[in-house]
Amino acid sequence: MSAAEHTLAGSAEIPVSLRGPASTRVVAGFGFWLFLLSDILIFAALFAAYSVLSGETAGGPSATDLFDRKHVFIETLCLLASSVTCGFGTLAVQRAQAAMVYFWMTLTFLLGATFLALEIGEFRDLVARGAGPSHSAFLSAFFTLVGTHGLHVTLGLCWMIVMLIQVATLGFRPMVVRRFFCFGLFWHALDIVWVGVFTIVYLGAR
Amino acid sequence: MFGRLTWAAIPFDQPIIMITAGTIGTILAAILLIVTLKGRWPYLWREWITTVDHKRIGVMYMILALVMLVRGFADALMMRTQQALAANGALGYLPPEHYNQIFSAHGTIMIFFVAMPFVIGLMNFAVPLQLGVRDVAFPVLNSVSFWLSASGVLLVNLSLVVGEFARTGWLAYPPLSELAYSPGVGVDYYLWSLQIAGMGTLLSGINLTTTILKLRAPGMGYSRMPVFCWTALASNMLIVAAFPVLTATFAMLLLDRYCDFHFFTNELGGNPMMYVNLIWIWGHPEVYILILPAFGVFSEVVATFSGKPLFGYRSMVMATMAICVLSFFVWLHHFFTMGAGADVNGFFGIATMVIAVPTGVKVFNWLFTLYGGKIRFTVPVYWTLGFMVTFVIGGMTGVMMAIPPADFVLHNSLFLIAHFHNVAIGGVVFGVMAGYNYWFPKAFGFKLNETLGKAVFWCWCIGFYLAFMPLYALGLMGATRRMQHYTDPQWQPLNQVALAGALLIFCGIALTVVQLVVSIRTRDKHRDLTGDPWNGRTLEWSTPSPPPAWNFAILPQVARTDAYWAAKRDPEDMKRLLGERNYVPLHIPRNTPVGFFMAFFSFMLGFALIWRIWWLAVVGLMGLAVAGLMQAWRTDGEVHVSAQEVESADRAYSAQVRPA
Repeated sequence: MSAAEHTLAGSAEIPVSLRGPASTRVVAGFGFWLFLLSDILIFAALFAAYSVLSGETAGGPSATDLFDRKHVFIETLCLLASSVTCGFGTLAVQRAQAAMVYFWMTLTFLLGATFLALEIGEFRDLVARGAGPSHSAFLSAFFTLVGTHGLHVTLGLCWMIVMLIQVATLGFRPMVVRRFFCFGLFWHALDIVWVGVFTIVYLGAR
Repeated sequence: MFGRLTWAAIPFDQPIIMITAGTIGTILAAILLIVTLKGRWPYLWREWITTVDHKRIGVMYMILALVMLVRGFADALMMRTQQALAANGALGYLPPEHYNQIFSAHGTIMIFFVAMPFVIGLMNFAVPLQLGVRDVAFPVLNSVSFWLSASGVLLVNLSLVVGEFARTGWLAYPPLSELAYSPGVGVDYYLWSLQIAGMGTLLSGINLTTTILKLRAPGMGYSRMPVFCWTALASNMLIVAAFPVLTATFAMLLLDRYCDFHFFTNELGGNPMMYVNLIWIWGHPEVYILILPAFGVFSEVVATFSGKPLFGYRSMVMATMAICVLSFFVWLHHFFTMGAGADVNGFFGIATMVIAVPTGVKVFNWLFTLYGGKIRFTVPVYWTLGFMVTFVIGGMTGVMMAIPPADFVLHNSLFLIAHFHNVAIGGVVFGVMAGYNYWFPKAFGFKLNETLGKAVFWCWCIGFYLAFMPLYALGLMGATRRMQHYTDPQWQPLNQVALAGALLIFCGIALTVVQLVVSIRTRDKHRDLTGDPWNGRTLEWSTPSPPPAWNFAILPQVARTDAYWAAKRDPEDMKRLLGERNYVPLHIPRNTPVGFFMAFFSFMLGFALIWRIWWLAVVGLMGLAVAGLMQAWRTDGEVHVSAQEVESADRAYSAQVRPA
């Protein structure tokens, strides 16, 4: 940071937009927000496709015939709870308490993995009942939308493992803390998308 | 073992392809040989391939675009020749299946691998310099973006020799692009190369948006940003908002083709028109992703070479942002003929016409900037004036087609082809050529040859009118696009005129190469030692040409628009802009090969998926993961530059520009 930046960053009466380059933490967080936005737009396209095709069952089973809301409710609880534990984990990162980070993140991982296992179970059940993605446009759109969310959860679980190893090997250096912050954003964003899936796909089934 | 890949994939029986491939192969081998013999690999690896400097990445984007322009233009010449010959019973020299690949490749290459890299290259190069900062927000990501684009380019070019390219037009509409009707690998080449390059573009959009919104010199508020930065901001926000839709749409088509899904098939409830809607929800903003930065270049050029501030800065910014928003409300005008009904067509028709308003505002602003100015007729000004005439014509034919009943007649005719080439060449190509001539001295420290630059302009400008005005007429006479041959003999003379125009444009492209070579050879006569060869207005001209790796020794202190221009008039202002020269050590990002490796494994992954070589796809994925993890554990990402080094470079430059 140059001398000029130092003097400018300190004075409160100068508007933020005039204060010169933002800190790395702000820049990294903002960039990741933009990435999340673009990711959510991928889901937007898939939601649109699902809405267009949800009635196109080609004589096969429809949404009401297939979905078990109780099953999905448990899935939802797991994912929402994992967001809470992830939040506690993020707080522990800010306080640089390694043991608490491992505890909360392990819990988050288990909840996420349970969600994924339940989802895979649902998919297998559907395929076994002869309602795989190739049977109608409705099922193609359903498997793609929900499956893409599941893929994101899978990637999130992998990322979580990487982050825990990063904490173990690199400690709480700014680089690692920034990444943890981004991971938190990612995990919460998956929750938001799931709320959409739950509402439009499962509750909206008719 | 090798999936669908066999020796039969290489078209040994097609002399045109084999000779082309042989020529390209020989040129490539010669280049590699020369580089090896001269021992330049370490230099290339160290200074270019692994670079994370936004200026060099920008230059590499533009080199990529120029090379692909030659490839895309070769396709154009072949099409024009075919249509000039294949009339009235004659079948020309290109068989239909080859002709279809050529028009598909031409559109795909020109949009994704010429226009996009050229525009992104210009933004990459100029935006951080104009903002008065040291680099983009994420320098390593920038390198990854570039190399992913390069990987897509490689896949597209490979399809020339190994396998085939899509025969489905540049947007691959289903059901034709579904497995049932396009069982070959052509559509797969199309989809995977664009998925990989599109990922690069998206990351680049995130990077530049963050840069503009979060990294600006102290004092550079939004109302003080150069207009090119504003247009770059609009363009990159559009990338972030539109490219994910493209990725999702292609993903759905890929699932249809690879996993027997039914998004866009004729059977089992699939809806091909949904693809057309989705692809144009990306496609229309894409048009503005390309044209807005060109508008930005013209704004810089008219202000600089008129010696006046840009007329109506605020209205220019508002017009830019209005276009940015409106661009998402017009996609349906690409297919009024879908039959969505009068209300829907009416809405999209009117929304389309509304875009002409902010665009008109811009044209008048440029005119009023020129008015009363002392205009220097340099090469960038030639391109700008050519643009203003040509683009207005293209805009008006666009408004004609925005009238749904008229569009029912003109849809998919050569009139449409003439219209979008009118805005793409007259707008985007003229814009990037203006930008290339304008910023070249900043990048390399010497000017491009003016005489040859003007010759290039005249070839393109006259060539464009000769090539595309006949197409307007042919379209009104009823000629449709993508014809391998036609029966009406009256169409032939106009097609021959169009061929003449294409040949003239070819001269323009050849002269671009000549201009570059001549300028390099005579560079000592055209050196720019001041860093400010055009008497510029914005911050990039306040630093040496080429700028040091850190761009600015001390970040400039901005107090107004056109800060450097004002500072040159008033010594007090200059003092404030330059700030206290208290040199401090800098940390600049260290070069890394991670982008190159990621592109290598992406290419492997794409190639494996195209040919269904599953084990190789796994290797590619693992390679990508390993490259990413290596980057995640890298802790020596910065190079330390001592305060003395910064100071001595800065003092040497100051002594040249501002002798005490």
